[in-house]
Amino acid sequence: MELLGLYNYWVFAVLLMIGFYAVVAKPNLVKKLIGLSLFQSAVFLLYITMGKVEGGTAPIFPEAGAAVFSNPLPQVLILTAIVVGISTTALGLGIVVRVKEEYGSIEEHEIQEIDER
Amino acid sequence: MIVIFGIFLLTLLVITAIAIVRSDNLFVAVMLMGIASLLIAANFFLLDAADVALTEAAVGAGISTVLFLGALALTSERERAKSSNRLLSFIVVAAAALILIYATFDKPRFGDPEAPVQTHVAPWYLEKTPEYIDIPNVVTAVLGSFRGYDTLGEVFVVFTAGIGVLFLLGGGKATSTLPEEKINEGLRHHLIPRVVGRILIPFILLFGLYVQFHGEYGPGGGFQAGAIIAAAIILFALLEGEKRALSVLPERVLLGLMACGPLLYGAVGLAGVLLGGNFLDYSVLSSDPVKGQQLGILLIEAGVGITVTGVLLGIFHAFAARGR
Amino acid sequence: MSALLDTLSWVLLTLGGLSVLVGGIGALRMPDLYTRMHAASVTDSLGAILVLGGIMLQAGWSLATIKLIAILLFLLLTSPTSSNALASAALLAGTRPFAEAGQDEEAPK
Repeated sequence: MELLGLYNYWVFAVLLMIGFYAVVAKPNLVKKLIGLSLFQSAVFLLYITMGKVEGGTAPIFPEAGAAVFSNPLPQVLILTAIVVGISTTALGLGIVVRVKEEYGSIEEHEIQEIDER
Repeated sequence: MIVIFGIFLLTLLVITAIAIVRSDNLFVAVMLMGIASLLIAANFFLLDAADVALTEAAVGAGISTVLFLGALALTSERERAKSSNRLLSFIVVAAAALILIYATFDKPRFGDPEAPVQTHVAPWYLEKTPEYIDIPNVVTAVLGSFRGYDTLGEVFVVFTAGIGVLFLLGGGKATSTLPEEKINEGLRHHLIPRVVGRILIPFILLFGLYVQFHGEYGPGGGFQAGAIIAAAIILFALLEGEKRALSVLPERVLLGLMACGPLLYGAVGLAGVLLGGNFLDYSVLSSDPVKGQQLGILLIEAGVGITVTGVLLGIFHAFAARGR
Repeated sequence: MSALLDTLSWVLLTLGGLSVLVGGIGALRMPDLYTRMHAASVTDSLGAILVLGGIMLQAGWSLATIKLIAILLFLLLTSPTSSNALASAALLAGTRPFAEAGQDEEAPK
């Protein structure tokens, strides 16, 4: 039964590395940004998984009575992290659009060739 | 039983992620990213993170797809080259994944209430929120009041990203080959999306306002509301064309929204100082400290919502206007 | 009464799951874009009604049921619209239906 609980962390590791592979091995700039986005999502999954308490509910006080709550602190961190992630992705996409306009291509080696000329 | 559902969703997520990385066509990759976002949001909900699930669905599946599609319209749609050093990268990545998986065996049991992460600060927040702030949603209380300074910094990050994109893309070069009328007409000739969109947009705006002001009582808050309201206005811009959308919300208003959000947040903080407390101390805003805290959280969530709406709309218009 | 409601809700949920499965198999096995969308739309319409109906029976007369009705109305309004928009876009891009030429050709973008 413990393995079932560890599955979340294994998926985090696999997803992290899939995103990282896209950043490292793919020459297309937009693909790199997509991989970075996957990388960020994996980290969010790790934090929220660590915050879960078994038998708990979302940390919102119900009308009556006390209950067991999951940890609210990772949720606060990840809430801001999601919005910051989309902001930096938007900025990255702006840079990619400008690179395309200046160099005419968004493949890494083509840009390097044009640069060396 | 729920655990098995979670495992199923996570497996689908890994399969989708592999499909994203392997697909050649970038449009396909972006659409699959929307699906991956929704799967992650469903998983967050299973892990009791309701606020985070709402944010991931609104921002990740909604706004992120629009931004990527806007960027793809300005660059190319297909990945042209094959990657080099694939074997080496794959070996490095696989080795790192195996090391991480080996490290996860040392983690405390999943859901353990005695785990270190659950024992130091979190019970203090859960205990003190009814006493100091008295709102049901602990996440909003921590975000707005206990960790308000972090959220101020984060609002500034969103604002900076907005300015950055406007610097990069705000010039507007006339590089498009389509005639002016074609771009400005939007989807006017397509009757069904236009009619249904016009019916839906007021309700989406209403829902965005509901999420904004309901953030203290249930999942919600400024970030999600900003994303939802921005999505409604982006839908209007797609349906009616850029020109009408810019006449409804001119660029000056968007810049004003982008600036007024952090200004409101900072002003609430300074009001705390001027009334005798610390920076971002809401207890001095009203005669009753608890009411002061609630008023403070209401105001700064409004600031956050205004900032996120303005920035997301500004970024969308920067991308959309670039092709003209 | 409660047992009857439970059984009915089970039946609705199972039928909803089956129609989603049918939609998924259709989306994979159909020959071209338009027939695939037609199959996948079963998921959005019949699947949504049956699954949400089953959940509504579980929720009884409460605020949750009203929210579920609102969600159902929203889904029934937006899914056919998005299918229509997708099909128009595909037609404008040049994807021809399967029956026309014997095999569908994608126009170069």
